[in-house]
Amino acid sequence: MLQVRGLRKSYSGNEVVRGVDFSVAAGECYGLLGPNGAGKTTTLRCCLGLTESDAGTITLAGHAVPAQARAARSRAGVCPQFDNLDPDFTVAENLVVYGSYFGIARRTVQERVPRLLEFAGLEDKADAALATLSGGMKRRLTLARALVNDPQIIFLDEPTTGLDPQARHLIWDRLKNLRAAGRTLILTTHFMDEAERLCDRVGIMDHGALIAEDTPRNLIGTRIEPHVVEIYGDGVQAFAAKVAPRHAGRVEVSGGTAFCYCRDPAPLLEALQSSSGLRALSRAANLEDVFIKLTGHDIRD
Amino acid sequence: MTSVTEPASGRFELRFLHVVRRNFLVWRKLMYASMVGNMADPLIYLVGLGYGLGAFMPPVDGMPYINFLAGGMLCYSAMNSATFEALYSAFSRLKVQRTWEGILHAPMTAADVVVGEWVWAALKSTMSGAAMLLAMYLLGIVHGLRPLAVMPVVLLIGLAFSGVGLIMTALARNYEFFIFYFTLVITPMMFLSGVFYPRAALPAALQWVGAFLPLARGADLARGLTLGLPVAHPLLDVLVLCAYAAGGVLLALGLIRRRLLT
Repeated sequence: MLQVRGLRKSYSGNEVVRGVDFSVAAGECYGLLGPNGAGKTTTLRCCLGLTESDAGTITLAGHAVPAQARAARSRAGVCPQFDNLDPDFTVAENLVVYGSYFGIARRTVQERVPRLLEFAGLEDKADAALATLSGGMKRRLTLARALVNDPQIIFLDEPTTGLDPQARHLIWDRLKNLRAAGRTLILTTHFMDEAERLCDRVGIMDHGALIAEDTPRNLIGTRIEPHVVEIYGDGVQAFAAKVAPRHAGRVEVSGGTAFCYCRDPAPLLEALQSSSGLRALSRAANLEDVFIKLTGHDIRD
Repeated sequence: MTSVTEPASGRFELRFLHVVRRNFLVWRKLMYASMVGNMADPLIYLVGLGYGLGAFMPPVDGMPYINFLAGGMLCYSAMNSATFEALYSAFSRLKVQRTWEGILHAPMTAADVVVGEWVWAALKSTMSGAAMLLAMYLLGIVHGLRPLAVMPVVLLIGLAFSGVGLIMTALARNYEFFIFYFTLVITPMMFLSGVFYPRAALPAALQWVGAFLPLARGADLARGLTLGLPVAHPLLDVLVLCAYAAGGVLLALGLIRRRLLT
């Protein structure tokens, strides 16, 4: 459904995408993860033909991009990171007007509106003004709008950023429905639990390159120790320097917390018993641990 | 920085009409406020200045002052409508509401968006011009069918100012930027173009500047078509307006492509 080969892009001498290769099969949900500035958004913009790459080839829904970008975009849906719904239109009008940009007959779009509203859980809001919608409702409407052309592939740029847990779960539920219906999804996110939950495969980008790509389960199984003990409190620095390395394969201190990665947490937790003032959280490793291991603890602004 | 090259199409594309229609549908919801701003405002000026100031004025170019002023206000209202639309409204859609970003996610191009906005702003100025012309009929300033021939000129004035206005929008980072354009371009243009008095009243150097201004060219043409005043260079007037219109929209398109598609 989407093939990207050797993609490169520089902005005034600064190469933000440095040779990215990946492909997404039909019906797959692919997550593009990475710190801010890793090149995710630029990659997605290139895929849609909104930014011209310096090198590389892209095929989206069978069309070469950017040469046939319009044809490719007519088969794709986009749920952007920032709300760009039309505030002057009602909920239903937003869908109908957006459908017109695809050159779809107005009647066809109007026939699709009830199903799209149902999908968004906005059946009783068809004539509501945009200003009366909550953030979660707007995001669901944006998602429904991305389906107005019945797309084969849907691009979602941080689909749940800024939403409360209830609204996030509802979006996840809808995305799972889309995946079950055989649509291809490609999403960027900062939430590793989101990627772990939704994505068949994830690609982790950093500094413009794809540095790891696999199923979330395989990444957790192969790229990191299975167990993490987070230790914090008075004396954590000394403990991390002297005691922890004896019981954990790898110890990283970030701020006031020591992250101890190990196969078996028992000896470390036992050693902690004799260190009063230290508190510990023992848990299974997750995708976020893989992400941090691969991209580091440093803040990227 | 390179922008996305849009494949040339063999046939004339009408996709920009989707953008025109979108703006029309929004306008229809807000049209009363819009009409007061774009149509009532120049009418109030016409009546106020035309009768108030006109009472002290000798005939201008052989006609009552209000008649002379009406020909100028017709063009002034067209300029203002196109300018406000291409600046404030278009900038809202570019930056604040991100409407253009959404449209570009569909199979639309930057050219569709920019041409759509350009035509829409010119249509709004044509509506304002039509309202002014109607007022001129009602006030008995013009008679018969011949003055209707001014409407294509009004559309051309609209295209010229919407093209130039979109350049400003493409360059703007915030609404405050437009104050420069209004104060340093639009206001002097109004006084150099003979809206309120014949350009001949100005010093020679300022008259010379006026000859390059789209509003002056439009006012000359419009007074000729509505009031029967002689037009010195009708063809050149049309060419100057066309140059502003085409140059404006092409430069705006280049700038907006660079802004949105890099």
